Amino acid sequence: MSLLFIAWRNFRYRALSSFLTTLSLTLGVGLVVLVMSVYGIISEAFVRNASVGYNLVVGPKGSTLQLTLNAVYYLSQPIENLPYTEYMEFYPKEKRAEMVRTFGGDPALGERDGVYAGFMTDGYAIPLALGDYFGEFRVVGTTPDFFELLKHGPDADQPFTFEEGRNFEFNNEENSYFECVLGSRVAAQMGMRVGDVMNPTHGDPEGKGHGQGFQIVGVLDPTGTPNDRAAFVNLEGFYLLEGHAKPIPDDAVIVLPESAETAGPDEPLLLTIPEREVTSILVRNGNLMMAPLLQNRIKESVRAEAATPIGEINKLMTMIVGPLMQALLAITLITCVVAAVGVLVAIYNSMNDRKRDIAVMRALGARRGSVTWIILFESLIIALVGGIAGWVLAHLGILAASPLIEARTGVQVGFFSMSTYELYLLPLVIGLSLLAGIVPAASAYRTDVGTNLSA
Amino acid sequence: MNGHAAKVNSDMLAIENLIKRFDQPGGGELTVLDVPQFHIAEGEQVALIGQSGGGKTTLLHLIAGMLTATSGSIRINNLELTRLSEQGRDRFRAGTIGYVFQTFNLLPAFSALENVKLGMSFGSGSVDAARASDLLDRVGLSDRAHYRPNQLSVGQQQRVAIARALAGRPKLLLADEPTANVDPASADTVLNLIIDSCRDENISLLMVTHSMDVAQRFQRCDKLEDINRAFSPLGAGS
Repeated sequence: MSLLFIAWRNFRYRALSSFLTTLSLTLGVGLVVLVMSVYGIISEAFVRNASVGYNLVVGPKGSTLQLTLNAVYYLSQPIENLPYTEYMEFYPKEKRAEMVRTFGGDPALGERDGVYAGFMTDGYAIPLALGDYFGEFRVVGTTPDFFELLKHGPDADQPFTFEEGRNFEFNNEENSYFECVLGSRVAAQMGMRVGDVMNPTHGDPEGKGHGQGFQIVGVLDPTGTPNDRAAFVNLEGFYLLEGHAKPIPDDAVIVLPESAETAGPDEPLLLTIPEREVTSILVRNGNLMMAPLLQNRIKESVRAEAATPIGEINKLMTMIVGPLMQALLAITLITCVVAAVGVLVAIYNSMNDRKRDIAVMRALGARRGSVTWIILFESLIIALVGGIAGWVLAHLGILAASPLIEARTGVQVGFFSMSTYELYLLPLVIGLSLLAGIVPAASAYRTDVGTNLSA
Repeated sequence: MNGHAAKVNSDMLAIENLIKRFDQPGGGELTVLDVPQFHIAEGEQVALIGQSGGGKTTLLHLIAGMLTATSGSIRINNLELTRLSEQGRDRFRAGTIGYVFQTFNLLPAFSALENVKLGMSFGSGSVDAARASDLLDRVGLSDRAHYRPNQLSVGQQQRVAIARALAGRPKLLLADEPTANVDPASADTVLNLIIDSCRDENISLLMVTHSMDVAQRFQRCDKLEDINRAFSPLGAGS
């Protein structure tokens, strides 16, 4: 009969005491695992969503963190808007001239390359216009490029796919500029599907409606990113909504496009370039090595600011979230230490009742070392059972909360979602418990056979 | 019944000039045992009779290596016990000595069968589950193998304790008033089991008792007062 089996029998025999001691350790370990998981989920939520193919977000001068939160996560309020010409700075003169011809504006814009165009060979710039809501969800005005050029997933290599329908078009014969695509969460929560009409409200979730709806032409497959919680509309349609046109400055030079002269009375006229604004621009420059240079060039400009989403999120995690979580982790680790002390107290208190048993085992030939190990094995059993039960309990909790976590953060978690730190937890708990077992084990070691058999 | 302690060539137990003293709380020492000679031959069955507090249990603890002698020699199966380290005595005890306690001392966390297996768990050999079952069968408790001690009568508990003491195939069985806490009917059974089992397996037996009825069952019975020079009629020696 092995010493471990003898320890297991003792553990089971003192069922209530063992249960309570193990429970305290279970709760301690469960708390630590939960804190680690929450930290992991927060990190994952921020970091993986900050990596969707682009390497810079450009917005008005201000906080780079707010710019990142706003442009990448659709959180916080937009700082300000940038004139559309800032977006045009990413393009060569041919493309800029085409924009002038399409939307109308100062022909001089098309006579020079954009300031940042040299960085953009094989890259892209995607404009975003924010400010409207659909229910509690953000409405994002953008171009069809958003779903054609951006990728998602842990390695940013998965294209956006549609659960239903298709991408919106620049100008659809049937729906004109008023097409939209819903993120999976938006469609599910708002009960919308392809063929329905989405009516955005201005400024906030309870804001005034624009009186112009967007035809839903696609619903995205879940991506586990903030894009699940956004409604994407055609930027041209977004501009055409009431109140979205910027007042034209007095000194603006505008040459209207040819389409303005040939358009029918019911055909909407696109906003001219001076009337357009963008909230932010998602930029991927062609040569990633040049990204810091591009960022510096943008920062040197009067109006624009550039942020690297990954860098901003790392800063946020390192400076704010990290220390907070570490403090929380420290507190929960103290809980584990307290639980380990509980193991010590429970076993030590039982030693008085067990001295006779130990003396009997010694009389049967057990060495001092053997009875010492039996007690240490009991600590080990409590640590293993408590540690594993705590891990399982915490992960069952995470599993139960996974729909809520996904809804709130976009992060998909399952029973086996775990951080690498959790791998160190069980050895730590075992170490703590063995340490706690030393005192009662020493008592077992010192147990005098003659005295306790005669008692 | 006789008081001889003649030395036999094939001694299983040979005690020479054994002295055991204990420190007294108020200072000084108290001599509990002073045994010039005491021998048990291989396979011999001996009853040692004496009053309570006469040092009988102390003598058994010394023979089992659970206490160390102040001076003198204890040889068991030609091994000088007093020269062994504590670990050596533990190992020796596990392989050579069987011990039946007055209060059974079964471990409450274990079933009857497991208690018997415990008797062979600390020796050098592996646990022989078949022998454990056989022993339980021999003491008439094969149908109680999975009962916990608190589910057994006191007589049954002592029978399990006997099986446990025999489990490690000891060469010397020490029995400390094994019938003192059982009813008369069970006492007879317990006594027969010990005597018969030791005879069947050629195990030397030393049983201490204060009961003349029990002592009369043995071919040889020594009085503690005859072998222990430190014996005091008032029991002051222990």
